[in-house]
Amino acid sequence: MDLEILSRVQFGFTIGFHYLFPPLSIGLGLFLVIMEGAYMKTKNQMYHNMTRFWVKIFALIFALGVASGIVMEFQFGTNWATYSRFVGDVFGSALAAEGIFAFFLESGFLAILVFGWDKVKPRTHFISTILVAFGAHFSAIWIVVANSWQQTPAGHHIVGVGDAARAEIVDFWQVLFNPSFLDRISHVFMGAWQAGAFFVLSVSAFYLLKNKHVDFAKGSMKIGVVIAVVASILQLVTGHSSANVVAEHQPAKLAAMEAHYPESAPAGLYLFGWVDEEQEKVTGIEIPGLLSFLISWDASEPVTGLQAFAPEDRPPVNLVFQSYHIMVAVGMLLILLALIAAFKWKTGSLFKTRWFLYVLVFSVLLPQIANQLGWFTAEVGRQPWIVYGLLRTEDGLSASVGSGQVLLSLILFTLIYILLFTLFIFLLNEKIKAGPEKFELKEGHMA
Amino acid sequence: MSFDLNTIWFALVGILFMGYAILDGFDLGTGGLHLFTKTDKERRIMLNAIGPVWDGNEVWLVTGGGALFAAFPEVYATSFSGFYMAMMLLLVGLIFRAVAIDFRSKRESKTWRQFWDISFSVSSILSSLLIGVALGNIAWGIPLDSDFEYAGRFVGLLHPYALLVGVTTVALFMMHGAIYLLMKTEDELQAKIRTWVNPAIIFFIICYILTTMATLLYIPHMADNLKEFPPLMILPLLNALAIANIPREIHKGREFRAFLSSCASVAALLALFGIGMYPDLIYSNPVAANSLNIYNAASSDKTLTIMLVIAILGMPLVIAYTSSIYWIFRGKVKLNSSSY
Ligand code: HDD
Ligand code: HEM
Ligand code: HEM
Repeated sequence: MDLEILSRVQFGFTIGFHYLFPPLSIGLGLFLVIMEGAYMKTKNQMYHNMTRFWVKIFALIFALGVASGIVMEFQFGTNWATYSRFVGDVFGSALAAEGIFAFFLESGFLAILVFGWDKVKPRTHFISTILVAFGAHFSAIWIVVANSWQQTPAGHHIVGVGDAARAEIVDFWQVLFNPSFLDRISHVFMGAWQAGAFFVLSVSAFYLLKNKHVDFAKGSMKIGVVIAVVASILQLVTGHSSANVVAEHQPAKLAAMEAHYPESAPAGLYLFGWVDEEQEKVTGIEIPGLLSFLISWDASEPVTGLQAFAPEDRPPVNLVFQSYHIMVAVGMLLILLALIAAFKWKTGSLFKTRWFLYVLVFSVLLPQIANQLGWFTAEVGRQPWIVYGLLRTEDGLSASVGSGQVLLSLILFTLIYILLFTLFIFLLNEKIKAGPEKFELKEGHMA
Repeated sequence: MSFDLNTIWFALVGILFMGYAILDGFDLGTGGLHLFTKTDKERRIMLNAIGPVWDGNEVWLVTGGGALFAAFPEVYATSFSGFYMAMMLLLVGLIFRAVAIDFRSKRESKTWRQFWDISFSVSSILSSLLIGVALGNIAWGIPLDSDFEYAGRFVGLLHPYALLVGVTTVALFMMHGAIYLLMKTEDELQAKIRTWVNPAIIFFIICYILTTMATLLYIPHMADNLKEFPPLMILPLLNALAIANIPREIHKGREFRAFLSSCASVAALLALFGIGMYPDLIYSNPVAANSLNIYNAASSDKTLTIMLVIAILGMPLVIAYTSSIYWIFRGKVKLNSSSY
């Protein structure tokens, strides 16, 4: 198989694996702050036990995030050497800033979070929790800066030609606040909060169904519902504004997301469909004019279609179309679930409706699916560019690496990740089954 | 030597990797020694000695890698792609180590714990070895073509000099780890560890002498800067004194000071390496003209300046909270319900 495909599959696979964990850490980080904050305020022992339980889960997830993250840090250099030379001047700073500003913060204070219960005052512990949650959000910011820059490059100029060409920084703030950054980071954060919220809802629903740890489950669930409602609704807003940025800066990607072929015509929105890329046809249910309307508030406004681009400048259409549509469908479903939960909470039936609790147990998978497919949409839709409009993916590879080597490393990662994932699920399951412990607070720790 | 931005970044990247070697060095060394203890309780104490700090220590590597990417993208690209299989093995090592530390205590089962104990130890040794082999290659020189791409093969990286530096690194980290553990343990386990320290020091000194001789014989260019600027000879001297000081402090029961000596000797070794390399970053062998140095591999002055601001803002914070974490978790390891 050829080097480009293998390298792309390896990068997509390893980052996809990494991205199972950070959204949960970011989302659970927020929960920990709320739970421990509630304990600090009320001194209610339940909140203390709750925090301790979720800290343990958090630590397990965090460990896998760390183990899989190091791979990502190395892979730009190992597999995408030419790309690294091209972007290093602009993009390296974001990665270095992530390390200096975020990872040190997270990993340092995580130690206090997990091991420091008896070593520091409750207030110090609470501050550490805030710093860890802040660090998790902060690391996402830097990496999304880097990624957004390669989606919508800004604040740079190109120096040199041919193989020696590279992007150099002109304006740091323009690089940082490149056109897609703010919309994408808010979308990523909401996706992470949803991942955290539905995870908490799932575990709590499980306890309620088993009639175990009932107070704990109810308490966790209430916080979960609030965050689920807020994040799910905001996700629609941030997703919509992301789409507008795509329409403005990456028209080929937008056209692929809706499989809109005509060079310039009003465009509809498919609820679902299947794209025949040979015939350039979509079979499915379409609401005419809606895409035009969403972009410019005018259903008859033309939208640039795929035919405006040479075939070698188009992304794979059906893959982008399906990823995007499933993400949006899942997004709608999550809004629905969150609203039902809020409604049932209000009417007092949330903790008793068994079918709904079952739905919540499985709902944990939905944000994970949407998060993965969102990145698929964004990254596959960017093809054939590795840096949009500047460098093609096929030109970004490592010259000194052979496809045999990449195949070998890909097999290695696949085997290791299967092992890790199995063990992760197994341990997570054991922890959830064991449930929250009761901690008797020592007098001195009441502060 | 002129103090331009490129030199400052050479030093800063060097300091990040030095921080990594000093801090993660004792973690890796602890891993290397792990299987010498037998009971579950002893092994848990070993693990918890590094428990709260190992992840933060590893961040020095992550940040060093990021800084290398930003400041010298050519070096990051050439070395990471050129050492492809070695890098992949290092990744496997680091993954298994991270997971082993975290997973081991999660179940009581004997085979489960045995599996992760072995993983922890093997991956620690493997990671130290590979780091050393990479350093050895960078000093010895690797074949680079005129595009600064690696033009050799994986097996080419395993020549005797690089392996010697690899083994020396393992020895250094084991010595460093043993001294760290001495500080964190008490009673029987401490007595046991005390018996490891001298052999570890002797093993390291033998490796160190061999490496020095091989360096002077085969890659004399590593000593050029020292010859040109003799006051730097203070470094090898300091290094020798630091190592000699370790048994003395241990004999007097001052483990913390022994550990500081050990840190100083790791730092001196890396400083010597850096001075030997300067201003080259990867030495090209046989065609020395294709070497990557701090000028032809660097980012623009603008980026180096921005990064300097980031470093000036960030490093004091990093040092502040790294030291507070070490302060909070100071003293002997006591196992409790939140331990590994
Ligand atoms: C800062 C950089 C960065 C970040 C934060 C991400 N990616 Fe990415 N991604 C790349 C930088 C990149 C890349 C190095 O630029 C690749 C390699 C090949 C390519 O075209 O882009 C890439 C490719 C790539 C592909 C293969 C696309 C293709 O070849 O058709 C997938 C599926 C993903 N990524 C998925 C993700 C996911 C799930 C992410 C969320 C964590 C993610 N990416 C974040
Ligand atoms: C290719 C891109 C990426 C690289 C190079 C990368 C690198 C890393 C590294 C090296 C670590 C371990 C840090 C440590 O040792 O403590 C890590 C962890 C983490 N990463 Fe990534 N990462 C990438 C993508 C992402 C994305 C897209 C996000 C979120 C939007 C993210 C969020 C996090 C978080 C929150 C952690 C802490 C561990 C955890 O929460 O699981 N990363 N990453
Ligand atoms: C509710 C309807 C939604 C809409 C309209 C929407 C829209 C979009 C768009 C247009 C993109 C591409 C942005 C780009 O290429 O730069 C995107 C990416 C993404 N989406 Fe969504 N999305 C929705 C729901 C969700 C949900 C529910 C999740 C996760 C829980 C999610 C997670 C993501 C992620 C992780 C990305 C990649 C990061 C990015 O590019 O911002 N999305 N989304």
